[in-house]
Amino acid sequence: MPEQPVKCTVPAATVSPVEESSALPAAEEKKEVKRMGVTVAMKAPDFTAPAYFKGKFTTVKLSDHLGKWVVLCFYPGDFTFV
Amino acid sequence: MSAVADRFPEFQELGVEVISMSVDSQFVHKVWNDVELSKMVEGGVPFPMGSDGGGGIGKVYGVYNETAGVDVRGRFIIDPDGVIQGMEVLTPPVGRNVDETIRQIKAFQHVRKTQGKEVTPSGWTPGGKVLHPGEELVGNVWKEWNPKDVYGKKA
Repeated sequence: MPEQPVKCTVPAATVSPVEESSALPAAEEKKEVKRMGVTVAMKAPDFTAPAYFKGKFTTVKLSDHLGKWVVLCFYPGDFTFV
Repeated sequence: MSAVADRFPEFQELGVEVISMSVDSQFVHKVWNDVELSKMVEGGVPFPMGSDGGGGIGKVYGVYNETAGVDVRGRFIIDPDGVIQGMEVLTPPVGRNVDETIRQIKAFQHVRKTQGKEVTPSGWTPGGKVLHPGEELVGNVWKEWNPKDVYGKKA
């Protein structure tokens, strides 16, 4: 996670698309509506996101943690109550 | 988030990295950490707080709410191969249960360690009864396991 120079513009995250057929067994080759989102047993789409970590502005990249378990927690927003 | 931050040492003991993600900028993360979360968790948030401005990551993970413009509460357990083993998605007013997240991680780690030879029935906690999948178990789970073993104690 390299530290990043602080600029006035807000940096943007990048994310890989869901890998097609990463979940379904090869036999099930039905072409249906392309789904949005992931499900269990699928490869977690990789991403690189700007991050705040221990006093520094940096980036976090999911695939940097391959070889370890990761808990990824989305939440609706800073300063929300729950 | 403070609940996860508070239990971070337990995640670390299990070899688990934590990443939080919302559509807020790094700048807002910093201020939230400094003015509020650091008052609930000593030293502040001990893991990277990711910024998903525009919700691009949330969209791919299926947790972005277009109307509100936010990522809803989605929690993903990802194994060392980068495969999603568990997911839980909640609407904003109800918070997660960190105990349950830790229980699931322990169960997934147990299954992985035994290469699937041992699987964990409902409500399993470490030391609890495991099942050994195989021909003999079909139709015979009742001999091995009873829900009251786990949940009966609450009755």
